Amino acid sequence: MRPSVQEMIASSNGKKNKKVIEKIMPVLLFLIASVSVLTSVGIVVTLIVETITFFTRVPFFDFIFGTTWLPFSNKDAQFGILPLIVGTLKVTLIATVVAVPIGISAAIYLSEYASENVRRILKPILEVLAGVPTIVYGFFALTFVTPILQSVFPEIKIFNAISPGIVVGIMIIPMIASLSEDAMSSVPKSIREGALAMGSTKFEVAWKITVPAALSGIIASVVLAVSRAIGETMIVSLAAGSTPRFDGDFTGSIQTMTAYIVQVSKGDAGYGTTIYYSIYAVGFTLFVFTMLMNILAGYVSKRFREEY
Amino acid sequence: MRYIEQQAVVKRMNGRLIANNIFKYLFLAATLVALVALVILLYRIVSQGMGHLSIEFLTNFASRFPEKAGIKAALVGSLWLMLVVAPTSIILGVGSAIYLEEYAKQNRITTFIRMNISNLAGVPSVVFGLLGLTIFVRAMALGNSILAAGFTMSLLILPVIVVGAQEAIRSVPNELRDASFGMGATKWQTIVKIILPAAIPGILTGSILALSRAIGETAPLIVIGVPVIIQFLPVGVMDTFTALPMQIYDWSSRPQPEFQTVAAAGIMVLMAVLLFMNSIAVIIRNKFDKRY
Repeated sequence: MRPSVQEMIASSNGKKNKKVIEKIMPVLLFLIASVSVLTSVGIVVTLIVETITFFTRVPFFDFIFGTTWLPFSNKDAQFGILPLIVGTLKVTLIATVVAVPIGISAAIYLSEYASENVRRILKPILEVLAGVPTIVYGFFALTFVTPILQSVFPEIKIFNAISPGIVVGIMIIPMIASLSEDAMSSVPKSIREGALAMGSTKFEVAWKITVPAALSGIIASVVLAVSRAIGETMIVSLAAGSTPRFDGDFTGSIQTMTAYIVQVSKGDAGYGTTIYYSIYAVGFTLFVFTMLMNILAGYVSKRFREEY
Repeated sequence: MRYIEQQAVVKRMNGRLIANNIFKYLFLAATLVALVALVILLYRIVSQGMGHLSIEFLTNFASRFPEKAGIKAALVGSLWLMLVVAPTSIILGVGSAIYLEEYAKQNRITTFIRMNISNLAGVPSVVFGLLGLTIFVRAMALGNSILAAGFTMSLLILPVIVVGAQEAIRSVPNELRDASFGMGATKWQTIVKIILPAAIPGILTGSILALSRAIGETAPLIVIGVPVIIQFLPVGVMDTFTALPMQIYDWSSRPQPEFQTVAAAGIMVLMAVLLFMNSIAVIIRNKFDKRY
């Protein structure tokens, strides 16, 4: 038999720990919520502390202006980060050239042209593309894209900047497409219908009304995608090689900041060596780059948002 | 006097309509590029890896000889990793979400925590590896154990789980809360008995998707120093282990072309695990998709 309401109230009031739980839980949950803050603090502090140790051994200006990255040389190790930055930018540039036109076009198609049914099929497929692990993309770049590029342009080496660049581009297409589509879908229908009523074609509506109205969201999505490309690790580790170089060559082996960290970690850098500290200095530089991009994306979407 | 030049209007209109059609198909083509890339990617991997996929591949340990190389240690290692990551990240993520949605007042600390979570989502995974190496592997002396890797991965996917859980909790209508309070329930009783049960499908869907991201991540594991060639299975969370993406990375970067086939077979196993998890997420979403 179920207890009567009076009994339930009586037994409920009898529980002393009820009040304790009500007091403890908010505090406990606040502590849990602050784990994310602690993580950020942890990232910044560890990067800064180890980077400072690095700068006691390598002069700061040699690091940020140096054009030679030769950490493994026994006699004359040099730590100038510019070649790693140039390598990263090469891959990012190609990825951006691939992903921005395709991503934005796909977003326009999905938000302006596609019927509800088509969109319901296409969007989940784009999400699958976004869920493929980067190691799989890396394998694809190395064993499929590079051989194809080599058969068309024989001067391209096995390890190069173009193949991982293209594949990183494919990886970030879903991100640009889906975030831009969200921005375009939030442009109110009345504006579109106004333009259509004036006799505009669908393309004119998309190009002259929707895209300008959603521009802040589109730019923010591109900036976020570029930030993702800068921090991408496995595709470049597998397909871009490990030759830090300070030049404009895209066809030969390069090295990015992320790939350097992986290369050193794989070789198990001895704790306390300059090379060990160098991965933190490189990691910190990478962190600063992506953080600036993320802040920029947040600023763009807030500052230039059109309110309807 | 004629105000409208009929022929000029028709000519111009035709031009605009043609442009409209051209761009329509251009935009469609761009969307299809992404799909074609996905199809080629999957086709390549299946056609390359199918031949190597067998029961022996699943039950053999790693080997120097491509024909003997198997994925047992990595498969079991990835499952162990999930045993640590799933409870850690879900408790932390859902706890944070409950605090932010139900308890937090709109003040600077709350805004700071929210901002912080969105910034954390943009930090490259390799940087999380550096954090794990410093805090868990060295400072807490966990070594390259399952626990150290699991904690690192949990922090990596934490933002995704928090945001997903926040959305699930927010979509529980306020009438339910008010009714619960009206019946004399306390705040915590309302959360445990009313809000969480209603939000659980959404929370689970988001968590499973986040966990599948953790299964595919490689960079943090490499930075932590997770080894590849392991000839035994872990028996506890303090043991050394290897994981699916590590094993695939090792096979892909070997010079012998035979290992590419082995890597493709490994990728098939990884993708099968991910597909399995995603379909569970979809099933949960469809089954419990309650509307209020």
